[in-house]
Amino acid sequence: MKLQSAIQFASAAVALAALIVIGPSAIAADSIDPAADAKAFQKYFTDKFPRLELKDFVNGPYSMNEDMRRQWQEKEEFPPYEFSLEAGKEMFSTPFRNGKTYADCFPNGGIGIRQDYPYFDGKEGKVVTLELALNRCREANGEAPISYVKDDMAALTAYMAFTSRGKPFDIKIPNDPRALEAFEDGKRYFYTRRGQLNFSCASCHVQNPGERIRAEILAPALGILNAMPIYRSEWGGMGTISRRFVTCNIQTRGVPLEPQSDEYRNLEYYLSYVSNGLPISGPGARP
Amino acid sequence: MASTIRVRATANGDITEVQALIQHPMDSGFVKDAQGQIIPPHFIQQLTFECNGKSVFVADWGAAVSKDPYVKFSFKGGNRGDDLKISWVDNKGASDTTTAKIQ
Repeated sequence: MKLQSAIQFASAAVALAALIVIGPSAIAADSIDPAADAKAFQKYFTDKFPRLELKDFVNGPYSMNEDMRRQWQEKEEFPPYEFSLEAGKEMFSTPFRNGKTYADCFPNGGIGIRQDYPYFDGKEGKVVTLELALNRCREANGEAPISYVKDDMAALTAYMAFTSRGKPFDIKIPNDPRALEAFEDGKRYFYTRRGQLNFSCASCHVQNPGERIRAEILAPALGILNAMPIYRSEWGGMGTISRRFVTCNIQTRGVPLEPQSDEYRNLEYYLSYVSNGLPISGPGARP
Repeated sequence: MASTIRVRATANGDITEVQALIQHPMDSGFVKDAQGQIIPPHFIQQLTFECNGKSVFVADWGAAVSKDPYVKFSFKGGNRGDDLKISWVDNKGASDTTTAKIQ
């Protein structure tokens, strides 16, 4: 009897101690603080790669491996995305059938604004990405929407990113509970394991950047969207952020979502926000 | 339509360095599409660079060259301001030509 009550007392004490320890951090997890998240996120990467400058992270695997960096520098002299960039420029300046152009849908005529996307639309209560805004622009002008994953969409976003090169990501989270929820939802998506391989986005792009996955070098999540859209040699063509999300899900043997579904939009919001301050480098070339 | 050939040629002393990027599907004929149908072969067979009417680089290509191929080489005898003519012919008889000035 004596022993039993001693055990009861001890376990109660342990439970109490655990409660005290968990207490403050549980409260912290309940409040959403994007600025603190972004700071911690960037610090994690700069601590992990102390030799890299913050702005180097936008070059993905090339910043992490000397061999690949040389190959990439050679490639950048004559980048494979040039044809797409030119096609995008032409599409962008070609008027719709009603005479309007893409420039009419965007602030500053669509030039040098990539760093402001995605943004939180207070009226809609959702995140609006650049790809989504481009298709909405088409629909508003009586044109059919285009595929989110490649070709025309990649060409358009390539041109818009190119005109914004060097400008730091400037994603804003308004003081609106829905915006904070969108950010938190994107973060949750990023860290949730899924697929047969049971990988989260973070398994590769936070825990293992710079390491090999088969023949590829994994890119860091920090700055990963700054280089979008990308010409991937593996794809033999251009791909957008939507394409990158979909193929990442497929590679972990998960079922991908529809491009520009709410989850992907929130994910893009989260990932872009935590890379705030890093320059736009798109369009990029990746192996 | 815009040219399928992108070229940059720079003279440095008596050596001219040439870089070119060509837009072409370069289908080998061994790949199937999503419906399981063979994608017919479609590739560049001959690529020629001529400087002042004289061939400086001729390549006989086949199905093994990658999509949107990139070429880099250098030759002696080119001068700044000379014309460099680039042309390709593929197995379907299509072709493209462009002329660039050596810089």
